[in-house]
Amino acid sequence: MSKRNAGCVIGAVAALGLFCGTAWAEDTVKIGLILPMTGQQASTGRQIEAATRLFVQQNGDTVAGKKIELIVKDDTGSPDVSKRLAQELIVNDKVAFVAGFGLTPIALAVAPLATQAKVPEVVMAAATSIITEASPYIVRTSFTLPQATVPMADWALQNGIKKAVTLVSNYGPGLDAEKAFSERLTKGGGTILENIKVPLANPDFSPFLQKVADLKPDALFVFVPSGSGALFMKQYLERGLDKSGVRLICTGDVTDDDQLNAMGDVALGVISTHHYSAAHDSPENKAFVQAFEKANNGMRPNFMAVGGYDGMRLIYDALKKTNGSTDGDALLAAMKGMAWTSPRGPISIDPQTRDIVQNIYVRKVEKVNGGLYNVELATVPNVKDPVKAAK
Amino acid sequence: MTVLNQSGKASSEASVIASLSMRHRWHVGEAIFWVCVVLALFALPSRYLLINEIAVLALFALSLDLVLGFAGIVSLGHAAFFGLGAYVAGLLTKQGMADPTLGLLSAAGAAALLGLATSFLVLRGSDLTRLMVTLGVGLVMGEIANQAAWLTGGADGLQGVAPGPILGMFSFDIFGRVASIYSVCVLFVLFLAARRIVNSPFGLSLLAIRDNPLRAAALGIPVSRRLVAAYTIGAGYAGVAGALLAQTTQFVSLDVFDFNRSADVLLVLIIGGTGYLYGGLVGAAAFRVLQDLIATITPQHWQFWIGLILVLLVLARRDRLAQLARRMVSPLLGRLGLAGLMRGGYPSGAQR
Amino acid sequence: MLTILYDGIAYGMLLFVLASGLAVTLGLMNFVNLAHGAFAMAGGYVTVILMSRLGMPFLATLPCAFLATAAIGLALERTLYFRLYTRSHLDQVLFSIGLVFMASSGVDYVMGSEQQIIKLPEFMQGRVDVLGVSIGIYRTFIILVCGVLVVALQLILSRTRFGSRLRAAVDDARVARGLGIDVNTIFAVTFAVGSGLAGLGGALGAEILGLDPTFPLKFMIYFLIVVTVGGTSSITGPFVASLILGIADVAGKYYVPSLGAFVIYSVMIVVLILRPQGLFARPR
Repeated sequence: MSKRNAGCVIGAVAALGLFCGTAWAEDTVKIGLILPMTGQQASTGRQIEAATRLFVQQNGDTVAGKKIELIVKDDTGSPDVSKRLAQELIVNDKVAFVAGFGLTPIALAVAPLATQAKVPEVVMAAATSIITEASPYIVRTSFTLPQATVPMADWALQNGIKKAVTLVSNYGPGLDAEKAFSERLTKGGGTILENIKVPLANPDFSPFLQKVADLKPDALFVFVPSGSGALFMKQYLERGLDKSGVRLICTGDVTDDDQLNAMGDVALGVISTHHYSAAHDSPENKAFVQAFEKANNGMRPNFMAVGGYDGMRLIYDALKKTNGSTDGDALLAAMKGMAWTSPRGPISIDPQTRDIVQNIYVRKVEKVNGGLYNVELATVPNVKDPVKAAK
Repeated sequence: MTVLNQSGKASSEASVIASLSMRHRWHVGEAIFWVCVVLALFALPSRYLLINEIAVLALFALSLDLVLGFAGIVSLGHAAFFGLGAYVAGLLTKQGMADPTLGLLSAAGAAALLGLATSFLVLRGSDLTRLMVTLGVGLVMGEIANQAAWLTGGADGLQGVAPGPILGMFSFDIFGRVASIYSVCVLFVLFLAARRIVNSPFGLSLLAIRDNPLRAAALGIPVSRRLVAAYTIGAGYAGVAGALLAQTTQFVSLDVFDFNRSADVLLVLIIGGTGYLYGGLVGAAAFRVLQDLIATITPQHWQFWIGLILVLLVLARRDRLAQLARRMVSPLLGRLGLAGLMRGGYPSGAQR
Repeated sequence: MLTILYDGIAYGMLLFVLASGLAVTLGLMNFVNLAHGAFAMAGGYVTVILMSRLGMPFLATLPCAFLATAAIGLALERTLYFRLYTRSHLDQVLFSIGLVFMASSGVDYVMGSEQQIIKLPEFMQGRVDVLGVSIGIYRTFIILVCGVLVVALQLILSRTRFGSRLRAAVDDARVARGLGIDVNTIFAVTFAVGSGLAGLGGALGAEILGLDPTFPLKFMIYFLIVVTVGGTSSITGPFVASLILGIADVAGKYYVPSLGAFVIYSVMIVVLILRPQGLFARPR
């Protein structure tokens, strides 16, 4: 054989070997992200996508020898379209995880698929309590409304609030919050003067706020989805309720970090309870916020973003634990009981309910370095979802 | 104009009968369309779910075509019937009556009843009035479903919808194969029925009413009764489409009553063209496929490109997709000596 | 209770300003423009941009919102809309929905999808007690501005040459052309003014109704309700209709909150059953 021929053969064998080698080692783990990218909830989708990409950028796109690929789909706000997208992701793209889920019905619609296909469903945003019960393959990294609300009722009782009115948006999470707050407050000796339900697609809060003004409670507990918070706050101020002695307490969705700065001084002094504040004083959070703002044109991360960030962390850690195996049952077993320090504080996944256990903070809106932030006043550690805990 | 002497009358009568019975004949294009549909089912196993979604939307659009294209009633609340059908079918399976065919029939019945009950609202008034009244009815239905959360599951949706095997033999699977074949079959059967209806004297009287209600009334056609009948049939069809959705996705949530659904189906029908029954089917396929394609490329901004395509479509003086296709295909057929194939069959009515 | 009435009137007036342009284009040009909400959104965003980027005071941005949106409306009318005057209503629906998608998505891309927040000047915030009734200052401002606009529009329609030409063109465009009235210019000017009013409404309403890229789709229903109930052949029709709807909506939500959303749709259906052409339309 001439030298040239030998060289060609060696080169060919080497190339073949390389190809086989890479084909052997380079397996891809695909993650299907079903997020609200358009419509009312588009900012949620934006935050979560940014957070997941930040995590991949920071931690590399290879885990346990597998390459990570994110496939982002717009849920268009429709559960049946989302179900089809999830089905296509599972059957055609063979994703190892479906994640995201900005609305409860969408998470619930995909649940039977997760069970049937044995694919873990990581819920990064939706917050109604029953979601994790819909399938044994659902794990949540966001929060539940009762989890965030019960400490608010406790704080209210401790601070002399006896009579309260609740005002919530009339949909799953809102009703969860209303029930949790009302039950907790009445159990502690307080009275609920009225439960006001506001239509979800509601531009004008004024008649409802007028009713609150007429009832004259000690405090008004509010839940509206993030996005309507600013509007509510302004109309609250416009009605002069802040000066009439009615305290405004709410869940952190109303003082959403995404919008808080733009709300202006009307929001100062509002007390809320939630699982994440961009002003949380920990090294992990400072690093997270800095990196997020840098990668996204100064956009401040909010609790949706941290849900996405921790969801990715959960996925990565699960893959590491199963050594790259994408078997649904193995991944699920790996995820149960996992605990780590997130930018929001210490969190863990409850092995019984597969729901998230985390600290809930009581915060007050204050001006820090010229911007408005939810400054944490008190911490309620390791709160489990109270609805499931009571069962 | 034919001179009305004895023999002339007979010959003009004969030619009228001949042209009317031509409508029943199957056009080559139609055969090609359905062959393509069957081929799609076999050739695209990874897209079963999309085909299912298109079939449901196509049936929904067909139902609107009966109401809009043939009876001339502009409706922006057709989702009321769709949603009612979906919830009826879903609730039936939860009550233990899981047979899908029973679900379809019940949904059709319930939706038709609702259509009958609300038909008096659309008899009077201009296009805009009907638009708004139907819209109002649709939104009210949505609110009722939301309020009746104890029955419908409210904003969380109806869970545990578990339809049984079709005809006792074919169970729904995760790949969507059974579901898509089921939906396409139901679509075909109902399409045949619709075809029969619109080519019958009843259907022809609807066309007369649509084009000129005053003249139709003068001819002795009972306008109100026909409109009510057409609206009821259209509502029933929409109910079946909703039931299909509930059964094939095993889930029903409040968004079946959403204004977006009514708007989408109207859009689809306009794209495909009204008044010739295929408009809904063609439009549904084109719109969904396009939307899926663009949304895969840009999940965030697909709405912009869809909007642009719609605007360009209208500006390009399209009459309807089918006519456009025909204009492109007929010179080709002509060159192949097959020009005769393009004639006959459906009249090119419905200049809406 | 009177406060609720007052709030309802303010809400209704705002709806009127937003919907008046639609009533006129529908009545005059018989053009179903579902993209009307997009012009309102544009006006709102103009105000937001001027206030946050250029630091203009709120009151100064209002005329800018009007003019900018009117200019956009004029440009679109001369380039795109005029081609569709003779097309069927369904084509117009398709076209305008396409425009709404583009506008919504475009604004989302440029400005982001969050709710836009405006900081009103100090003297406009808060409430005042008048004869024992608590009244919002900003809502009073809205009522004043809209009241002036209604009167101005009515005067223009009934007392000016332009107004009489407009009314002639509405009655019968062909005859009007035959009389030498430049109907095309009237169409263009009317469309521009209608869009400008929508923009102004969007700017005024940003505080009360909110402003985000989904604004056109969310509120289109309300505009259509106002126009249908009020009829398209006058200014007073939509005006009274929006007042009724505003008060009914607000009062309904106050007194019967569980049925709050029903009220506005039920009122509309009832009115349309009784008078299919709208409350004040001349039967056509």
